[in-house]
Amino acid sequence: MTDPAAPIFERARALVDDYTLGAVKAWKAAHPGALAVGHMPVYTPRPLIEATGSLPVAVFGGGDSLDIIRGDSYFQSYICHIPRSTVELGLGGHLDALDGMVFPSICDVIRNLGGMWKMLFPQKYVAYLDLPQNFDKDVGGRFYTSELRRIARELAGRGARTLDADALLGAIARENERRVTLEQLDAVRRAEPWRLRATEAYVAVRAGSVMPAEEHTRLLREILAAVKLRTARPVDNVRVVLVGSFCEQPPFELIRALEKAGCDIVEDDFQLGMRMIDGPIEPCAGEDPVEALSRAFLERGRASASRYIDRNEKGADLVARVHACAADGVIFAAASFCDPALLDQPMLEAALERAGIPHTSFKFAENTGQFQVIREQAGAFSDAVKLWGPAGAPVAAQEASV
Amino acid sequence: MSEHTESKDRSQLRQKRMIADHFERLSRAKEEGKKVVYTFVPGNLTELIGAFDMLPVLPEINALQSGMRKKSAGYIAEAEKSGHSEDVCTYVKCDIGMLRSGNIGPTGTKLPEPDLLLLSYTGCFTFMKWFELLKQEYKCPVVMLHVPYQPDGVITDEMRSYVVEQLRTEVIPAMERVTGTRVDVDKLAAHLSLSKQAEDDLVAVWESARHRPSPIDGYFGGVYYVGPIFSSFRGSHDAVMYYRELREEVEARVARKEGPMAPDGPVKEKYRLVVEGPPNWTNFNEFWQMFSREGAVVVSSTYTRVGGLYDQGFRHDPSHPLDTLADYCLGCYTNLGLPSRVDLLAKYIREYEADGFLVNSVKSCNSFSVGQLLMLRKLEEKTGVPGGFIESDLVDPRYFGKANIENRVQSYLQMLEARKARGTSADAVVSP
Repeated sequence: MTDPAAPIFERARALVDDYTLGAVKAWKAAHPGALAVGHMPVYTPRPLIEATGSLPVAVFGGGDSLDIIRGDSYFQSYICHIPRSTVELGLGGHLDALDGMVFPSICDVIRNLGGMWKMLFPQKYVAYLDLPQNFDKDVGGRFYTSELRRIARELAGRGARTLDADALLGAIARENERRVTLEQLDAVRRAEPWRLRATEAYVAVRAGSVMPAEEHTRLLREILAAVKLRTARPVDNVRVVLVGSFCEQPPFELIRALEKAGCDIVEDDFQLGMRMIDGPIEPCAGEDPVEALSRAFLERGRASASRYIDRNEKGADLVARVHACAADGVIFAAASFCDPALLDQPMLEAALERAGIPHTSFKFAENTGQFQVIREQAGAFSDAVKLWGPAGAPVAAQEASV
Repeated sequence: MSEHTESKDRSQLRQKRMIADHFERLSRAKEEGKKVVYTFVPGNLTELIGAFDMLPVLPEINALQSGMRKKSAGYIAEAEKSGHSEDVCTYVKCDIGMLRSGNIGPTGTKLPEPDLLLLSYTGCFTFMKWFELLKQEYKCPVVMLHVPYQPDGVITDEMRSYVVEQLRTEVIPAMERVTGTRVDVDKLAAHLSLSKQAEDDLVAVWESARHRPSPIDGYFGGVYYVGPIFSSFRGSHDAVMYYRELREEVEARVARKEGPMAPDGPVKEKYRLVVEGPPNWTNFNEFWQMFSREGAVVVSSTYTRVGGLYDQGFRHDPSHPLDTLADYCLGCYTNLGLPSRVDLLAKYIREYEADGFLVNSVKSCNSFSVGQLLMLRKLEEKTGVPGGFIESDLVDPRYFGKANIENRVQSYLQMLEARKARGTSADAVVSP
C-alpha cells in the first residue's frame, strides 16, 4: 500500500535540504518589503520576529551536502563544524535572502561567530541576543525584555513593522498552536514510534525553520493526519532519548543509522529552539506580551547545556524525561568540539547512573560520512538493553568519535 | 649584584611573598574560621570578597600554575579517565584532575574547600560549566553573576543595571549568608580606592612600552605584572606597594634605556610585537625564549587585559561601588565583541609602533580563539602590519609542538627582518 505520508515528507525534506533558502525567497517575493531574519541555535523567540512582520529563519549550518571551501580557512581545526558551514553559506551567497542574523548566547563559538558576521557582512543586520542566566523576573527578566525590545526596535530601523502588543499576541497565539501540534506529533512518536520514525519527526520539525508558525502548524497537521492512516507494524526496538545535538545537527543518515541499529528515538534535543518553552506562552491579563515571552523562558525554558541550572539537580530533567517517555536508555550524540554538550555530559551521565539508566555516547560532525562504527555501537547498546533490560545493561559504553 | 638587579628583585620578591602569604592564609582558613570563595579572573569581585574578609581561590590560576609546574598532563589524564572529553577546555580538566588528586595548591599545601562558588560568568561560556562541575564535588552554595556580553563594545544602562541588580539581590546576600555579616560599604569603598591606586601604576607600566627600547615585555613579562591585580590582591595595600615598586623599577629602566629581562638575560630589542591570545604555560620559558633570543619584544598584548582594560581608562570608582564593579566585569577584554577586539589591537599596533602582531591561538579557549583568523586579516587590512599565527594550548603539553612553533616564529621574524631591510612601507602586507 502506498504510504499516505510519503509525499508530505518528501516536500518537507526538500525544504530541509535546500540550503539556498528557496522557500524564504518565495516568502519574500510574496511579502514585498518584509524582512527575513536568520537565527542560530539554540533559542531565539520566533514570535517576536514574526510580530514585526518578518520571517524568522532557523539556520543550522550546511549539513553534509555543502562542500566547505572558504569556511575552513576561518577556523582552527579544534573548532566545531557549524560555524565553518555557516560562513561557507554566507560567503557563497546562499544566505543572501536573509536581511539579518540573530546570534543567541549558547557558547563562545556562536557568540564570536556573531562578531565575525558583522565584519564579513557589514551591510546586514547582526544582533547578539543575550539570554539571561538569572531567572528572577525583576532581574534577568527585566534585562531579557530590554534585549527583546532592542532587537524589535533595531529590526524596525531596518524596515520591519514596529512592534505592537496586538501583533505580538497574535504571533504568540500562532506559536502556541504550532507547539500544541508539535506535542501531538511527539505523542504519536512516543506511543507508536514505528508509525512516525525519528527521521521523519526530525524533518517535520526542521521544515518549520523556513516558514511562519501558522504554515508550519498546517504542515504538521497534514503529517499527523497522514501518519494515522499508515498501516505500520510494531518493531521490537529499544526506546532511547538522544541528547547533545541541540546546535550542530547530525547528518540525516546518522539518525537513520541509529534507527537501523534498533533504536527508537522517542525524545531528542535536535533543533531544541523550536520547542524550548515547555507548554504554551500564556500572557496574563493586562501583561505586556514581551514580558510574557520573557516569563515563559524564565519559568519554563527547557533545561539545556546552555542554560545555567540554578536550583534543580543537574541531570534531573533528563532523568525525568527518560521516565516520562518510558525510554530504556540514553544516547549522547554531541558534535565534536561542542563545549556545551561535552562539558555537560559527565554530569548528565552521573545523574543517569544514579538513576540506573543505561547510556552510550559518540561524537559526530554535521558532515560525517561514515556511520558503521556508530551503527555497531548503537546496535550493541540496543542488544544489551534488550538482553538484560535497563537495570542489567552496562551503564556506560566506550565513546566513539567519527 | 648590580643596582639594577636589586631594584628588579624588589617587586618580584614582594610578589613571591604575597603569594606565599596568601596560600599560607588559605591553609589556615578553616581553623581560623575564614570563609573561602572560589571564583574566576575575568570579572572577579576581589574588593567585595575582601570587604567580607573572605579569601579567594582562582581555579584558572591553579591550573596555569599546574601547567608551569609540569603537573597538568597528569591532572588532565585523570579527568579524561573519568569521562571528560579530550575536546574541551584543559583548564577545566586540569582543575578537576587536581581536585581528584588531593587538591594540592602551587605551594604544596592542600587548598581548602570552598564555602562559596562565585560564578562570575564573564566573557567565557566554559566558566558556567566549570562551576556546574565543581558544584557536583562540593557541598556549598553557588552564586551566579551573569555578565552580559558587549557585542558592540558599548556598556548600556540595561547591562549595568542587570549586573548591579544581581550584585544587590544575589551575590551580596549570598556572601552575607556565608559569612554571617552584613556588607560594609565603607570597607568596600576603601578597597576600591586602593585598587584605583594600583591601576594607575599598572597603566604607567604598560605605557612604558612606548619607549624604544621598551623596558618591559608586555606579554611574557606582562603575565607576571598582572599576577597581583588579576588574582587575590587587587584592593590591598600589598598590591599598591607592588605596583608602586614595579613602576619605579620600570621607570629606572627607561632612564637607563634598558630593555626587558627574559629568562636568559636582558633582551636587546630588534622587533616590536603585539600579541593576541593567552600564552602556553607548560613550556612557558621555552616559548618566551623563542622570542627573546631573536630580540622580539612584546610591547602590548590582549591576554594581559582579560582581568581589566585599565589602559583604556577604566578605574574602580569608590564613590559608586556597585556600578564600578559592574563596569569592571563588563569591560574585560574577552567580554568584547570581535570588532572591538580588532579595533583595540589596531590601536595597540599603532600606539606602540609595532613591527608586527602575532596570534597565539590556544585550543582550549574558544572565547579567545574563534574568529582570530578573521581578526588577523582585518588587522592586516587596517594597519598594514603583517600578522603571524601560531597554535598551542594553555596547559595541555600534548598541544605544544616546540619545533613547529619555533619554525613559525622564526620564519615570521625573518619576514619582518626582510621587510625592515627593504624598508617596506606599511601597505605591503605579507602573511606567513
